Parts: sequence; structure tokens; C-alpha cells
Amino acid sequence: MRTNLLRLLTAAAATALMAGTAFAQERTVHVYNWSDYIDESVLADFTKETGIKVVYDVFDNNDVVETKLLAGGSGYDVVAPTGPFLARQIQAGVFQKLDKSKLPNLTNLWPEVSERLAKYDPGNEYAVNYMWGTTGIGYNVDKVKAALGDVPVDSWDILFKPENAAKLKSCGINILDASDETFAIAMNYIGKDPDSKQTADLQAGGDVYKAIRPSVRTFNASAYIDELANGDTCITIGWSGDILQAKDRAEEAKNGVNVEYVIPKEGTYVWFDNLAIPADAKNVAEAHEFINFMMKPEVIAKSSNVVQYANGNLASQKFVDKEVLENPAVYPSEDVMKKLFAISPYGPKEQRVLNRVWTEIKTGN
Amino acid sequence: MAIDTLSPQPPSKPEPVIADPSRRNPARWLVVATPYLWLLLFFAAPFIIIFKISLSDTAIAMPPYTPVFEGFGKFGEFFSQLDFENYEFLASDSLYIKSYLNSLRIAAISTFLLLLVGYPMALAMARAKTSLRPILVMMVILPFWTSFLIRVYAWIGILKPEGLLTLLFQTVGLLGEGEQVQIFRTDYAVFIGIVYSYLPFMVLPLYAALEKMDHTLLEAASDLGCPPWKAFWRITFPLSLPGVIAGSLICFIPITGEFVIPDLLGGADTLMIGKTLWTEFFSSRDWPLASSIAVILLGVLVIPIVYFQNQQQKAG
Repeated sequence: MRTNLLRLLTAAAATALMAGTAFAQERTVHVYNWSDYIDESVLADFTKETGIKVVYDVFDNNDVVETKLLAGGSGYDVVAPTGPFLARQIQAGVFQKLDKSKLPNLTNLWPEVSERLAKYDPGNEYAVNYMWGTTGIGYNVDKVKAALGDVPVDSWDILFKPENAAKLKSCGINILDASDETFAIAMNYIGKDPDSKQTADLQAGGDVYKAIRPSVRTFNASAYIDELANGDTCITIGWSGDILQAKDRAEEAKNGVNVEYVIPKEGTYVWFDNLAIPADAKNVAEAHEFINFMMKPEVIAKSSNVVQYANGNLASQKFVDKEVLENPAVYPSEDVMKKLFAISPYGPKEQRVLNRVWTEIKTGN
Repeated sequence: MAIDTLSPQPPSKPEPVIADPSRRNPARWLVVATPYLWLLLFFAAPFIIIFKISLSDTAIAMPPYTPVFEGFGKFGEFFSQLDFENYEFLASDSLYIKSYLNSLRIAAISTFLLLLVGYPMALAMARAKTSLRPILVMMVILPFWTSFLIRVYAWIGILKPEGLLTLLFQTVGLLGEGEQVQIFRTDYAVFIGIVYSYLPFMVLPLYAALEKMDHTLLEAASDLGCPPWKAFWRITFPLSLPGVIAGSLICFIPITGEFVIPDLLGGADTLMIGKTLWTEFFSSRDWPLASSIAVILLGVLVIPIVYFQNQQQKAG
């Protein structure tokens, strides 16, 4: 009996070993990207063209990605961090330099976006831009009109003036739970440098939110899409594409909710999500092939059409749907572009001050 | 984790037989050592690692703290870089103390509510017909067959303003057309979620204690003219105390560190140590500070309870 068992185990181990080898011969790439951020058919096209299987995983929060990457051994071959996170992660040694000889499609990139990205990744050595967008105001046209009267919604005043916020309280205010962006916006609003890391400036930025805190219902960074679409929330700070997705969902549901997105005239935060390869990635060649594929103009255009975010690929613009390309909420005009600001990463102590003030605002403590 | 430390299954004591041959049996030692080995591997070792990180400083690196242990060669240098700075910071900022106190408050209220709901249930189960009891126990355990997370999400559907509860109240006429139940994203929702999720942990130890009770004691009390409510307080309740204590500890400890329920059901102003810890770990990327919060949590929670357990055992 015992020898039989032993034989069985050996056989099982041998099979497992063989299966393992077979698996290794099948080329795979592990991708970690933002949720709702791709046209899924693109992945199938990639597998069809290259024979590389894509294991696709999603997140909705930069912090979680960074924690996984810093702990090491994340198992991912391609990840999509946002600018300031990318900068800090490069500094921490999380990423490897891209082998540009394997990325012939680099020529398709949009020089202006690459230039802005260089603020985080000097020389564009570690990352290529995937998509980018702005953080602005999403609102329910009819409910805001009912609460405030017939005023133009084109300024942060609509939300940051306590008397306006108080009037909007009953129909639901959400603040994006992404402190680095919300503080940059608030500091810009009160005339300070949005990139300031001074404790006094951060506190002054925080005071903008403290003044309207009694009127704020929620702080979240993903649930607001649905809440805006079904009318639970009537005004929110949010990411451009998310709000345009909420608009689409409301139109599909035919529930009478009319959502709009606006980049306020004071200017706002612009962010860049980028593709990079972790230093401990196992499938480096496949990762390069994947990034190169995503830089094909028609491929990235397909995703932009679905998720309604602008991409960093100039050549793709002739494949992007007219209604997306000509929507100033997705591709802002040059005048508006000048008012968009980015910020540099926070140091550990500054980050702690920021989080402390943010927690104070959220908990009311 | 903590539960293991509270009641490490005492290895079955050898019968007091003189010249027990099994005393020299190495297999016996293995049996004795297993729970301790378990504790060492899955409690003591991780705790030492966490404690070490709590004495480190943050760094922009992989992993995000310094110094990193690089073998015994540089032990002195490694050791000299550790300090208690993070603990000093915790004491200096009222946020953390408020978080601890609020967590303890929510855990204490929840445990009390659990007792209120769980005790009658356990008593009814223990008094039910013998043939019915296994079915009742099964019904208490049944919700575990669905994922915990899905059950909490289900509560969102029930409690949200346009959810099932509002619908129900409007149907029976408790609420008017435009009115809605405002429970979701408040502390009330947190209490409901906690009491629902932890109820089996309270009911089962209570049931175990009550089921073993000798019913002839109640008959004797009744014969001697003791009214039922008095018999309950003087006989049933004192005899079920071990179950009450076990159930309360099993609930109180994890509720204090609860993260998922306050995060999903609570509002932005629900301050609990689990959420504060999450922020420090993920948003601030301050592993050392997060580790020191965890160490203190263990200190305020486990040490008094273990001490209490010991006193109980000595008294018993």
C-alpha cells in the first residue's frame, strides 16, 4: 500500500513538473492597470498577434499599487502608476529602464505629453504615457440649477464657496478621495502654488475643505461614478473620464439624469498614467512587446473611444472618434491646457502632514 | 491570532499514574510542542518582525524602511539605528489616541449588543428539543457558506437611502413618499453590520455553556419557591459565565481592529484604528508608524485580556 502511494506521488510530481515546463513555454505577460481603463478586445488582439497570453489585473488606487511594488515580488510585468507615484517609485528603484530598441512605436507619442511626463521621469527613460486626464467638477445639471438658480458652472466657487455648498448639501456632494490632487486644487484656488509642500499652505488648502465639510456627504474615488449616474450625488470633484462614463451610464439608463463635466476656469490638476516595467519582472521581453503594442495608434485609439480619456499618442488622433477628440473635456483646448498644472511627489514627512490634515477633514476631528 | 494566545489548548495532562511509561516517549513531547511551535511560527516570529519595523525609519526604497537586516555581521550597526521615535509621535498626536478610544468604544457597545441578541438565541437553542438542536446550530453556521464580504455588501443594499429598508417602511406606511432611511454611512450601520457578522461567534460559545447546564438545578429552585426570572439570574446566568466571557472576548478583540465593516458601511467620520492603520500603511506608506500602531494595539488589547484570563484560571 505504502509503495503504491509513493509511486502515485512520484507520478503526480512528474506530471506537475511536465505541466510546469509546458506552462513556461507558453509566453505570458502580467499586466496591472486601472479599472475601467481599456477596451478589452485589445487584449485579445494582442494575444492573436503575438501569441502572448495576457493576465490582466486591475486596481482603483495608486496607494495599493505602490505598497505592492515596494514590498517586492508583485509578479507583475507591466504596471500603470500616475506621475508623482511613478517619480517616487523610480527613486525607490522599483522600475527598470525601458529598452527603447524594442519599442519602435515610440515615434507615435505626443511630444507635449512626453515633455510633461519628463517632470516625473527625467529623460522618459522608465515609462511611456498610457492615458491622461484632468480632475474637475462633475455635476447633475438639473439639480444644481434647482439649488443655485441659473448660474454658470465654470468656477470652483460653485463648490468651494460655503454658501453654495450649503445649498447643494441636500442633493449630495462628493469629494474625490485623492488628497494630493484635492490639495493641489484647493491651494491653486486660494492663489497659492499648487505644488507647495509647506505645512502652512497645506493647512490653508485644507481650510477650503473644512469650510464646506458640513455640507459634504461622501469622500470616495470610484463609487461616485454610479452615484452621479443614478442621481444620488449631484456634484463631485472627479476624474474627467469617470464623469463622462457616468454621463454615458445615465443616458443608457434613460433615468432623466443629465451629467456634465467642466474644467473650472481657475485651472485644475492634470495627471498622467504611464506604463512601466518593474525591476523584478519575469517576462521583460513580453512586457516590451505589450507596451509597444499599446502604442500602436489604432490600438490605443480603440481604448480612448471606450474609456473617454485622452492618450499620449499623437498618431492615434486620426483613429479617435470625432466626438471624443472634439470634446474639450477629453482633449482640452490649448488655452485651457496652459492652465492645467501638475505636481511633484511628496516626501515622507510632507505626506504625513498631508494625510493628517486630510484625515482631520474627513473625520471632522 | 489573538485567540490562540488566550486559550492555548492545554496538552492533555497525563493521568497521575506512578512510573508512567509514556513520560519518556518522544512522541508525547511532539504533541506538547506542536501548539507552542505553532504560536512561535505564526505569532511570535511575525510579531518580532513587526516590532523591528516599528523601530525603523521610513525610506524611499524597497522595502520602504531602513535599516534592513543584512545578516549578523553588521548586527551592531543595524541595532544602533533603531529607536522609539514612532511611539513618541503616536503619543504626541491626538488622532491615534482618539482612534484607539473610539475603536474600544465601538467594540464595547457592539459586544454588549451581541450579548443582548445572542443570549436569548443561545438559550432558546439550548432549551429546544434534542433532535432539533443540530438543525438550529446548522442554521447559525449557515451564513458562513457565503463570503463575508458579500454579506456586508448585501447590507449596503438594505440600508442605503433608496434601499430595501426604505422600501419596506414606505410600504407599511412608516415613512412617507419622499422620506428615506438615513442609516447608511453612519455609526448605526457599523453597529448593525458588526452585530450581524459576529453573531455566530457569540451564540456558539453561549450555546455550548448553556447546553451543558444541569436542568435539575432549575427544577430544585422552582421546588423551593424561586420564581423563574430569579432562577435565571441566580443559576442560569452565573453558570453560563464562562460562555459569556469566551463569546465576548472572541467578539471584542477582532471588532476593535475591524476594518472592512466600518470602511464599507461607516461614514467618512467613523474613526477606527483599523482605518487609521490602513491610511498610515497605504496612503502615507509609513510602514514603521503603521507597525507601531499595531504593536500598541496588541498591547492595549491582548495583554490585559491575557492577564485577566490568567487570573480567572487561578481563581477557577
